[in-house]
Amino acid sequence: MENYKINPDNGLEFGIYTLGDHLPNPHTNERPSAQNRLRELVEYAKLADQAGLDFFSVGESHQSYFATQAHSVVLSAIAQATEQIKIGSSSTIISTSDPVRVFEDFATIDLLSGGRTEIVAGRASRIGLFNLLGYDLNDYEALFEEKFELLNQINQQDVVNWEGEFRAPLKNAEILPRPVGGSLPIWRAVGGTPASAIKAGRLGVPMFMAHLGGPVSVFKQTIDAYRQALTQSGFDPSTKPVATAGFFYAAETSQQALRDLYPHINEGMKRTNGQGFPKQHFAQGVDPKNVMNIGSPQEIIEKILYQHEQFNHQRYIAQIDFGGMPFDQLQRNIELIGTEILPAVKKYTKK
Amino acid sequence: MNILLLSGSTIGSKTRIAMEHCYKQLKQHSPESEITFIDLADYQLQFSDGRHYLDYDGDTAHVTQSIMNADIIMIGSPIFQASIPGTLKNVFDLLPTDGLRDKVISMIITAGSSKHYLVPMIQLKPILTYMKGSVVDDYVFIEEKDYHLKEIVNDDVFLRIDRLIDDTITQYDALQYTKEKEVEKYGF
Repeated sequence: MENYKINPDNGLEFGIYTLGDHLPNPHTNERPSAQNRLRELVEYAKLADQAGLDFFSVGESHQSYFATQAHSVVLSAIAQATEQIKIGSSSTIISTSDPVRVFEDFATIDLLSGGRTEIVAGRASRIGLFNLLGYDLNDYEALFEEKFELLNQINQQDVVNWEGEFRAPLKNAEILPRPVGGSLPIWRAVGGTPASAIKAGRLGVPMFMAHLGGPVSVFKQTIDAYRQALTQSGFDPSTKPVATAGFFYAAETSQQALRDLYPHINEGMKRTNGQGFPKQHFAQGVDPKNVMNIGSPQEIIEKILYQHEQFNHQRYIAQIDFGGMPFDQLQRNIELIGTEILPAVKKYTKK
Repeated sequence: MNILLLSGSTIGSKTRIAMEHCYKQLKQHSPESEITFIDLADYQLQFSDGRHYLDYDGDTAHVTQSIMNADIIMIGSPIFQASIPGTLKNVFDLLPTDGLRDKVISMIITAGSSKHYLVPMIQLKPILTYMKGSVVDDYVFIEEKDYHLKEIVNDDVFLRIDRLIDDTITQYDALQYTKEKEVEKYGF
């Protein structure tokens, strides 16, 4: 785990992620300017840092209702504004980027942040960026696999010799700058299905698993499939971290939490995904066995500990700001995490 | 209320004729509703390649988005080779797996003979329920012999279409009632 700058003895890591969505608040139908939204994200990261959280990450999206197309630039600003917290992408769409440039950017952020930077590489769920950036959608899978592999090779080797289909060959190429520890933690983004997790396992890379809702037991199958694929491919699962990422909201009661969060998720998903979130499914989010971390701080502590017992994962990453969530509610959530949830989670998960 | 009439064939005329009659009746029955008529014969749809439905363009985007924006969809389908036409199946393939959630769906079926009567039950209804549609139990089944010179000549067909419209709107009202109950129950 040291390669990935994770020490499981310190307990489950707790982080925040944002997709960088730029959606109206469903109660007012207004949204901040892109400028204010970006500044808000930097402030959000600062709060997470001050509250002692372990990780903060920003996603890349190239469609309407998003503000972090240049997510590495946003991360650079966050690197400057924060002190301790690890930072990363969630995720970087490596398929439509040049791995050399991605590595240069993130290694630079790593130097600026004092060795706090990570990459989560994904394939994108929407495909508008293929046209925008000049890639053929037919190569969706091949682009990701080739570029992800190259990114990992650049990360591991100071001098790279490489040939592939989608980029000019690299001959004795030195990709600079080198990050603080010589390499960056690079995770593979997984959508929650075993098929996708197995691919991460075969490559022996850490898995960053996003989930919407549903029973913990279903996502456990995905994590088991990942670890099984690791073993079958000759890797030791105890050296490969797993992160889970999903909706989070804490309030005084679970009813209040559902009431506060639902309109943001439902209206936000309608805009970004063309479909809302079924209310019945959402209401089940407060069930102790449901993977969504929605409820009172005490309920959430119990949920996260249950998930940790089932998953034995190393990091949980909360998404709170989706769908125009007002900043004071984000602030309140970070405060609850910092003062109540995080101390309890650490206490029970550290060795 | 946003109602879509989807005539699901690119060839032949029976389904379109039945759906045009349905459209006329629906406008009288529900004048306050926004009613859209899509005949797949008028559009060039691409085959589904698995992308998100919002990522298509042109005719394909128009058809998929019209379906996703509808509260009620009345589907007209002929029976070809003991099944629904591939053009209609492709429309379902273009949509999310639960793309018909919270929508009321009813079926008007045209066929060469009564041999095909159960085809909508075993071929079409499972797709609609898999996609979470709220399917009206009864459907209208119209045969070759009910037409003459591109007109429906069996009065019973008109009455059955009227009843289907009535059932469809009632089921939609019932669905709204359950939504209200849901809000009361969950409090959000």
